Amino acid sequence: MPETLLDVRGLVIEATSYPPGEPPKDVTLVHGVSFTLEKGKVLGLIGESGAGKSTIGLSSMAYGRGGVRITGGEVWLNGRDILKGGAGGLRSLRGKEVTYVAQSAAAAFNPAKPLMEQVIETTLARGMMGRAEAEARAVDLFRQLGLPNPETIGKRFPHQVSGGQLQRVMTAMALCPKPDLVIFDEPTTALDVTTQIDVLAAIKRAIHETGVGALYITHDLAVVAQVSDHIMVLRHGKTVEYGTCQQIIEAPQEDYTRALVSVRSIDHAEKNPDVAPVLSVQNVTARYKGTHFDVLKNVTVDLPPGQTLAIVGESGSGKSTLARVITGLLPAAQGRITFGGRDLSPDLAGRSRNDLRELQMIYQMADVAMNPRQTVETIIGRPLEFYFGLRGAEKRKRVQELLDQIEMGKGFADRYPAELSGGQKQRVCIARALAAKPKLIICDEVTSALDPLVADGILKLLLELQAQEGVAYLFITHDLATVRAIADRIAVMFKGKVQRYGPKSDVLAPPFDDYTDLLLSSVPEMKLGWLEQVLDHRKMEGAGN
Amino acid sequence: MVHPVIKLVAQRIALGLLLLLAASVLIFVGTQILPGDVAQSILGQSATPETLANLRQELGLNEPALTRYFSWLGGVLHGDLGNALTNGQPIAPALGKRLLNTLFLAACAAVIAVPLAIILGLVSVRYRNRWPDKLISAVTLATISVPEFLLGYIVIFFLAVQYRLLPSLSTVYDGMGFGDRLYAIGLPVIVLVLAVLGHMMRMTRAAILNVMQSAYIETAELKGLRPFAIIARHAFPNAIAPVVNVVMINLAYLVVGVVVVEVVFVYPGMGQYLVDHVSKRDVPVVQACGLVFAGVYIGLNLIADLVSILANPRLRHPK
Repeated sequence: MPETLLDVRGLVIEATSYPPGEPPKDVTLVHGVSFTLEKGKVLGLIGESGAGKSTIGLSSMAYGRGGVRITGGEVWLNGRDILKGGAGGLRSLRGKEVTYVAQSAAAAFNPAKPLMEQVIETTLARGMMGRAEAEARAVDLFRQLGLPNPETIGKRFPHQVSGGQLQRVMTAMALCPKPDLVIFDEPTTALDVTTQIDVLAAIKRAIHETGVGALYITHDLAVVAQVSDHIMVLRHGKTVEYGTCQQIIEAPQEDYTRALVSVRSIDHAEKNPDVAPVLSVQNVTARYKGTHFDVLKNVTVDLPPGQTLAIVGESGSGKSTLARVITGLLPAAQGRITFGGRDLSPDLAGRSRNDLRELQMIYQMADVAMNPRQTVETIIGRPLEFYFGLRGAEKRKRVQELLDQIEMGKGFADRYPAELSGGQKQRVCIARALAAKPKLIICDEVTSALDPLVADGILKLLLELQAQEGVAYLFITHDLATVRAIADRIAVMFKGKVQRYGPKSDVLAPPFDDYTDLLLSSVPEMKLGWLEQVLDHRKMEGAGN
Repeated sequence: MVHPVIKLVAQRIALGLLLLLAASVLIFVGTQILPGDVAQSILGQSATPETLANLRQELGLNEPALTRYFSWLGGVLHGDLGNALTNGQPIAPALGKRLLNTLFLAACAAVIAVPLAIILGLVSVRYRNRWPDKLISAVTLATISVPEFLLGYIVIFFLAVQYRLLPSLSTVYDGMGFGDRLYAIGLPVIVLVLAVLGHMMRMTRAAILNVMQSAYIETAELKGLRPFAIIARHAFPNAIAPVVNVVMINLAYLVVGVVVVEVVFVYPGMGQYLVDHVSKRDVPVVQACGLVFAGVYIGLNLIADLVSILANPRLRHPK
């Protein structure tokens, strides 16, 4: 008879929202969600942002982030309703029976304290072990999680270890007080794919070896399929579907789940590569001021008009630096950039207004790329004024045309950015770039901050606009699924160099170089047992070499 | 490869010295453009033009300003602050005694005010927007807002006149015991503590509240730590830099801004000494006092910078 660890019944969670220009109102974030978790099992909570998955996860510690309140239902942990425990009861529960692994370990560790202090803090504070014993346990956990130098890494400060390592240290911190339940809140989302796979494997192994129960929260169904026994799909604070991992992945019942399973359905035919390029980057080398390290080494890529060149790589590979060099924000040290048949001045100050107009940019964070005090019309109207001198009714008409093009229609021109959703903000940024009638738009991780279905809509829009306007895209991303969906040609970057470059069909077809192989095989696939397959495969190859 | 902290510290010290040099120029220029004539004020209205000219010659007032500046600066670097014009005595010993008195008063006030301000700041954060926080804010705001001389007379009225707990005159003399000295300066210490407490407490509160928004505070809460342990052990270490800055500004104020309090309690400190000699147009004394005050200000702010650098784990433990 399996023992029940966590039993959530009819959970209702509310918060007070403060819409601009309106009186505050109460909104319900979670509408009566119920589930149970047996000891030693893993339940995956999956959904888009705003689905309430983190809120539900934290409610099993009776914690509400910001002004969030649990207003209904029961949360039974180890046979006790923790919502009735009072503040003292909660403190004894948190950090001992239930622990938490946050999305960004870099922010979740105190920068002023060495790691070991933080890892063993609760274990010591509750008098569960002496210092020596607790430190020995922490070192064991570091070793178990595959951290380098497990004996000494605890003496380091958070800024001295990498993001992937910090995420494992955080997992060790959660496991140290021997909890019954760990909440993993998007623990691998902020990591590169090649790092994610190692951390995922380490977490899975640790869960298995310690026999701890876990809630695993993520927006990535392919990731959760690798670690969970059961999966609950959430949307707008309601349960869409709840079942075993196998059933959800292989036989989803609901339309929404099916959409999640089959996301990235865009099929994009590669365009003819034999056209004179609109942008040509030749042997470009660049470094930041005051450093002696080349962040870009001898980069050469071409982009034909009306096509898409995807720049793929992990953080630190130099892909965003390439965008800064092309836009002139960071003048190249060596090499040449031609654009529309003419040489571009390496420095922004040396470029004509026409150069600036024809080369536009869209950023990852749409909210910080717009002035929060300007309306959508002012934001989109600015390039119309600046480049074409449009004013008054003429400008207003053109803004509305652009809004129609990005499928937002009437009623948005007078809104402020804060009144738009994430996807709508990114659409406004696209319209602003388009307003200048550019030949090339540099898209820097434009879909990375968006939910998969919203991102899909943005990619489809970008492809349609390309067909209508003949604009070329330089598309910077770390997401290989996005690349498959929209690229005509691909450059894989690694440590400032172009590792592999050519038409999409060539770059994504074997034989691969080692790095591209590692990158491609690290992208989670929506099937059970994928993680083990990849790791076994790598082990065999490692043994073979 | 030099440790980055050592490099930064050396830079700050060099900058501090440069600043002190600049301050010495300002002080010298400032005292030169003061209206009035030293010789005239020493000899009085009845002096003849000849005696005035002789005295000016004697005092070296006819040399070009640049020459006088460098001879003054050279003397300062050898520890010679010159002689007072009014009585012809060397300035250094007299000023040294006064400075020690002022530093003693400032140190006593600081020893009480700094820990008290930080503890009140921590308590305010712990009970933020509840009655202890509001009470602490209201009281400290009130004590900052009341002018110091009035505070001085209020404490004299209650503690010296009504209840006769402490003396209303802070007379100190050579050879006085430590306990007697403390007793003598009890009232000015209370006034100074009340005057500087508010700034430091409010800055501590604001700096910690700022840190309380961080993700690692949520981590600490989810570890089930006690609220006060979270504030003191997780938030405060990350709020040290802004707190130290405001603490040092207040310490500097305790040294250079206590003129009014010294006058109210007739305490023989730097402030009174300076005021006396300004009214007599005794330029070398004014210059010496100005330089000492500038040195204290720059020195304390230098310490604040150094503590901020050392409190930053990224600088202390580079990758």
